[in-house]
Amino acid sequence: MAVVERVERLEEIWLERPGVLGWLTTVDHKRIGLLYFWTTLVFFAAGGVEALLMRTQLAQSDERLVSPETYDQLMTMHGVTMIFFFIVPITTGAFGNYLVPLMIGARDMAFPRLNALGFWLFLGAGVFIYSSFLVHEAPNAGWFDYVPLSLRQYDRGHNVDFYALGLIFNGIATTIGALNLIVTIFKLRAPGMSWNRMPLFCFALLATALSLIFALPALTADCILLELQRKLGFHFFDVAHGGDPLLWQHLFWIFGHPEVYIIVLPAFGIATSIIPTFARRRMIAFPLVAMAELLVAFIGFGVWAHHMFSTGISTATLVFFAAASMMVVVPSTIQIYAWVLTVNLGTPVFRAPLMFIGGFITFFVLGGLSGIMFAAIPFDQATTDTYFVVAHFHFVIFGAAVFPLLGGIYYWFPKVTGRMYHEGLAQLSFWLTFAGTALTFFPMHIVGLLGMTRRVYTYDHGLGWDAYNLVETIGGYVLAAGLLAIALNIAWSARRGPYAGRDPFHGGTLEWTIPSPPPHYNFAVVPTVRSASPNWDEEARQEDLERLERDELVLAGGHETPTTTVNDAELSQIAEMPPESPWPIALAVSVTIAFALLLTSHYASAGGFLALALLMLAGWHAAEPEEA
Amino acid sequence: MTRAALLAPPLVLALAGCGGNQNSLDPGGHGERSIAHLFWVMLGVSLVGFGFIVTLLFLGWVRRDRPYLPGGRGERTATQLVLLLGVALPIVLLVALFVWSDLFVLSSTAAPKRPTALTVRVIGHEWWWEVRYRGSSAVTANEIHIPVRTKVTAIVTTADVIHSFWIPELNRKTDMIPGRANRLVLEADRPGVYRGQCAEFCGLQHAHMSVEVIAEPKPRFDAWLARTAEPAPGGSPVFAKNCSGCHQVRGTEARANVGPDLTHFASRRTIAALTLPNTPPNLRTWLRDPQHVKPGNRMPNLHLSNGEWRALERYVESLR
Ligand code: HEC
Ligand SMILES: [Cu+2]
Repeated sequence: MAVVERVERLEEIWLERPGVLGWLTTVDHKRIGLLYFWTTLVFFAAGGVEALLMRTQLAQSDERLVSPETYDQLMTMHGVTMIFFFIVPITTGAFGNYLVPLMIGARDMAFPRLNALGFWLFLGAGVFIYSSFLVHEAPNAGWFDYVPLSLRQYDRGHNVDFYALGLIFNGIATTIGALNLIVTIFKLRAPGMSWNRMPLFCFALLATALSLIFALPALTADCILLELQRKLGFHFFDVAHGGDPLLWQHLFWIFGHPEVYIIVLPAFGIATSIIPTFARRRMIAFPLVAMAELLVAFIGFGVWAHHMFSTGISTATLVFFAAASMMVVVPSTIQIYAWVLTVNLGTPVFRAPLMFIGGFITFFVLGGLSGIMFAAIPFDQATTDTYFVVAHFHFVIFGAAVFPLLGGIYYWFPKVTGRMYHEGLAQLSFWLTFAGTALTFFPMHIVGLLGMTRRVYTYDHGLGWDAYNLVETIGGYVLAAGLLAIALNIAWSARRGPYAGRDPFHGGTLEWTIPSPPPHYNFAVVPTVRSASPNWDEEARQEDLERLERDELVLAGGHETPTTTVNDAELSQIAEMPPESPWPIALAVSVTIAFALLLTSHYASAGGFLALALLMLAGWHAAEPEEA
Repeated sequence: MTRAALLAPPLVLALAGCGGNQNSLDPGGHGERSIAHLFWVMLGVSLVGFGFIVTLLFLGWVRRDRPYLPGGRGERTATQLVLLLGVALPIVLLVALFVWSDLFVLSSTAAPKRPTALTVRVIGHEWWWEVRYRGSSAVTANEIHIPVRTKVTAIVTTADVIHSFWIPELNRKTDMIPGRANRLVLEADRPGVYRGQCAEFCGLQHAHMSVEVIAEPKPRFDAWLARTAEPAPGGSPVFAKNCSGCHQVRGTEARANVGPDLTHFASRRTIAALTLPNTPPNLRTWLRDPQHVKPGNRMPNLHLSNGEWRALERYVESLR
């Protein structure tokens, strides 16, 4: 067979059904990544509208634009949406799914159908929780949903049930996605990609996925206890019956603090992808940075009680957790200096993606410094639950997690669409989002110190807060304008942008070795990896062409990808990959119905639909491909 | 404050100057003063660190054509800098901060183990504060009188959900959690009114759950306490019929604790946890339409005749 024929054959094997049906049954990690991307953007828009409504209500004192009921729902859903339905799924689901296989030289994720199932369950959970707005019973007890406020005595509607069941449901989807990422990174790296050659982006996602696996069970358990108490009358959190409301808080933050690192780690990964490309040199201190990323994820599990410094827990506990919290600082400072000094050592071109990284570093340092202040227990006890905290975590979450994402969208846009974004509009969008972020969140530090507590639907005139709040609201709209500019840029450039070619930025990682947009099979030949920046390795790329000639590791005989050993990535086996399938979406629909029935306390029918879901699992396996 | 003024003049103007009387950087007592001090020092160090990194970033842009550090240094120096600035320096600074704030300041501002001269119990309710004095039958709501320059222990608990007790100018906050009694010291250096607000989200009217600490010279405080401990001179039939299911007026048959004790309501400064100043027109508005003034609060709108309203208003205004 000639090279052309081999490639055509690959094309045929990996092609999926056309049209809408193709999207519904797809198992292609790139398509699933795009599904995640568009879905999470819709949730991002919803969370953004919620935020703007709140900011408009708070623009001046004693405003009555929204009622307190509505405000509480907006505030709760803003938090829940941005964390569970935007950041985590866009980083692990969209970026992780799309990019990890491309960066490690694989043809798909390790479990393609599970991957599809993860997406459809995530969508089901999102629709489930958002349907609460239709019945005016959206979650309303804050995103951390403290008991007893969230118990039946104080919150009679379905609001909190939507929250608890929705998060259990979403947790299943996220766990599936995280497992898949871990196995993919462990087993599907191209031969030769030992740990020390794996892109730092993949390290970051590995750390994220591992954290998710260990953190989510605490939240799920917490929500199960809450539902048992709300629906079946158990007493886990009830003092009169020997329960304790602090149990909720401990379990919540055992999940909740690692969650912070789950949110920012992928952003670190994106930063460590963008910086070397635009600084035009490799990252300095590679092993230190890789270790720092894993270390952050690990220490992140030992600091949860710093969210509870004012609950009156013992002084010894306070001091222990304050010390642990301070330790988290060091891996972060390592990374910050590694990024900044790489830029200094290189000959950087400041295009939009790198500008967003500059914004990210600025805001991350700001949010990090205010974060260190909270490790001073007395100061934490003064400022916790005020706008100072709101300022802090928005610099960390919006500034440090979302900015790299936005930069990442521009950076990989040409890879995904094959077209170039508009640089001028992109830079304008950077300055708008940068100014918007600073204007919205910086004054919050000040009003917080002036005594403004968080989660208030209004505030009194005469406390000196009015002017700052007005500036914050204006900032919110500037920020929204910046984000709209990005959306416009994407929409326009995807159709009209000039063709970008294979590697417009001269990136170092494997995704830049293949055409844009990537073909269904990703790599025409399993790529040769001899360094941490394989695309800068001319010889290895030459070797790929020779392999293609020799028909070595082209694997055009079937729907296949190679698996390798965990540490040294030596070729161990050729794995047969499953074809597209309707089972994942069918299973997800049935689970969604089951959750809706649980919500309305129809336990028997809910059990029925769960049983149906199990039956479908059997069907799924019955249609497993024949052993090749 | 002088050191702070040197560090960040515009911020200091913004923070210490204006603002109402709920400003955590305008301390009125020992507890908050140490915290504010801690903040200004941390802010100073943070500004230096922030400035340093942003300058480095800016240098990266200015020197974008030169692939080496100033002085021609290369990757080896850069890696050493990562270790020095990213590992060694933070460790030194963090250890210092830990020892100072988490060992020293924390213990020097902790609530004393032994009972203080005066103990108040503050009980959070959705969405108001009940205040009781140990050793006295005085009960009041939404304002806490204390003698000036005296350590007063506040024992805080809750009647329902979690609230958080916070008087920003006096001390840090502490949560009010079912099944727990947390303690905090209130100590004011000068007479005055110190505003505070519930800091833990507690439902619909979390925004209107404020409280005032009124610090006065000892003799005035003693007189206030004695007067507040006394029962009301008498009851009112309209009140007994419509209001006694929720309120207490000591000395009458109204003994419920769903809403605030009203025995000396007329001498309080505000209505409904600082939602309105306590004036006769505001009282009228509140009684006739509490759900408009503070939507969702636990006092329902009642439908009485004009004559009954007027009798009630006269009675409530007489509870001095
Ligand atoms: C169903 C219980 C209920 C009934 C009946 C009720 N109240 Fe109230 N009342 C409350 C609650 C609860 C508050 C506290 C509201 C808040 O600040 O959130 C309150 C607050 C007040 C206050 C303000 C107290 C303060 O210190 O801020 C006054 C005055 C008052 N009620 C008078 C009355 C009168 C007069 C009646 C009879 C016509 C009455 N209430 C009937 C529950 C009730
Ligand atoms: Cu409260």
